[in-house]
Amino acid sequence: MSTLASRALPVRTGAVGVEPRLLTVDERESVDDYLAGGGYRPLRNPERLLEQVAAAGVRGRGGAAFPIARKMVTVRSGSSAPVLVANGEEGEPASVKDKWLLRFRPHLVLDGLRLAAAMTGAQQAYMYVSDPVSADSVEQALTEFPAEGWNEIDIAVHRVAPTYVAGEETAAVRSIGGGPALPQDKPPRPFEVGVHGRPTQISNVETLAHLPVVQRLGADGYRAAGTADSSGTFLMTLTGVEHPQLLEVPFGISLREILVAVGHSGDLRGALMGGYFAGLLSGRVLDLPLDHGTIAGAGSGLGCGAVAVLDAGTCPVGVAAGVLSYFARENAGQCGSCFNGTAAMAAVLDALCTGEATGADVQRLQRWSTVLRGRGACGTLDGATNIAATVLREFPAEIEEHLESRCSSCPPPAVRRRPPYAVLTEGGA
Amino acid sequence: MRIKLDRTVCDGFGTCVVHAPDVFSLDDWGYPSLAAGNDIAAADEAGVRRALLDCPAHAIVDLGDPVPMPAGGEPGMARNLGPDAPWTKAANGAAALPRLGSVLVRDPTADTDDDS
Repeated sequence: MSTLASRALPVRTGAVGVEPRLLTVDERESVDDYLAGGGYRPLRNPERLLEQVAAAGVRGRGGAAFPIARKMVTVRSGSSAPVLVANGEEGEPASVKDKWLLRFRPHLVLDGLRLAAAMTGAQQAYMYVSDPVSADSVEQALTEFPAEGWNEIDIAVHRVAPTYVAGEETAAVRSIGGGPALPQDKPPRPFEVGVHGRPTQISNVETLAHLPVVQRLGADGYRAAGTADSSGTFLMTLTGVEHPQLLEVPFGISLREILVAVGHSGDLRGALMGGYFAGLLSGRVLDLPLDHGTIAGAGSGLGCGAVAVLDAGTCPVGVAAGVLSYFARENAGQCGSCFNGTAAMAAVLDALCTGEATGADVQRLQRWSTVLRGRGACGTLDGATNIAATVLREFPAEIEEHLESRCSSCPPPAVRRRPPYAVLTEGGA
Repeated sequence: MRIKLDRTVCDGFGTCVVHAPDVFSLDDWGYPSLAAGNDIAAADEAGVRRALLDCPAHAIVDLGDPVPMPAGGEPGMARNLGPDAPWTKAANGAAALPRLGSVLVRDPTADTDDDS
């Protein structure tokens, strides 16, 4: 255990504006500590717990924010006994919450898994994990928890190489079935035909970790934090500040309150939302209540809860270029619209950064950011279009500055590159 | 008719658009997407079937009509049997799993004209 306990993540942890529900430990929680804290509570009536989960309004913490109770009802009324997958493959580069939960509170996650299994009738479950320390932590936890009563559910740890697309639910199904961890086109969706051809519930690790909380607090207690639209608390990976933070905050809190609590001062130019997925918001993000409805209304999303703040010296166009080049590099290379589209959009943003883009390039970027939406088998292309669309919408002045090579926060514009084969014509180039 | 366009295997030949221009829409690089979803209107069916047969990458799949499937996966089948029984003690025999695969085999009497 000492080897696992020493593998801390380089983040500060804490709760803001709420009594923590998930971030309650400083070092890896043992099974005894978890049991002493009321964990692995007897589940007397799964049907009633499912009603509580529905009444509590628990939404997925993976990105899509889908109501988990609805997912469980769908899966259990499917064609055959369902399979459960705890998705701990946190491919999102800006987020560490699932790794933290798996490393520090594996029993909370397993408890959530057992409750979900009871509510859906699943007897087979997979922990789908890429982080080796997380996988070790879960494997150790599996040997620790009381064996009695657990033989009805078969839990396997499935390790996968970490990539951006491996966390997509169809990639998990494919990988567990023995294939590459690459997304598949839908339909059918995993809740219809998933692992071993069975209806499969794939839930993010953090989502599962909230189920024991519902069991303990009840629906009303769970709703005591958060908003009507987004109940409870969520884990936020906050970067762009002096020290990266993993925070537990209630839905509805504002980014300003969080930044004050962590002692971050100074001007804020905007934020990159939902990890790399949900695009950029300008400084107006500071005072928006952080709940799914409000952030979606502002043209972005909370996604996996990761927020990277852009301080006054950070150029949003440069950030967008960096994120898009990541998508151009890390996409699955399967869908033509995605590998061509991400490369093309990344090229325009790169050209903006080097002062080589023209107004026509920006118009093309604008068009791609709308027409390419939904054209990929998974969400990667949508993430890329979100970045392109939001940088154009939220930071028009900065785009203009880049067209004129006079951005104040970027390094001085390099000498314009000329193709080596250019022939100087009469009148000069 | 319900189809799937598997964009992960599509190689952008563009044959589909030739046969069913209203169903498939091409992007700037010639890769298609289903313009109006997976359900194909009767009027477009002939063109889509032709596109399905002509696609060199076999990227179009006929999903057929939905096959009625028996319900399974009862909630809490192993743990909610005794009132107030702690979960660690409720070791009742687990319900038998439905036969794997049985529900995925299409009814042999079903219409199979897409195979012809």
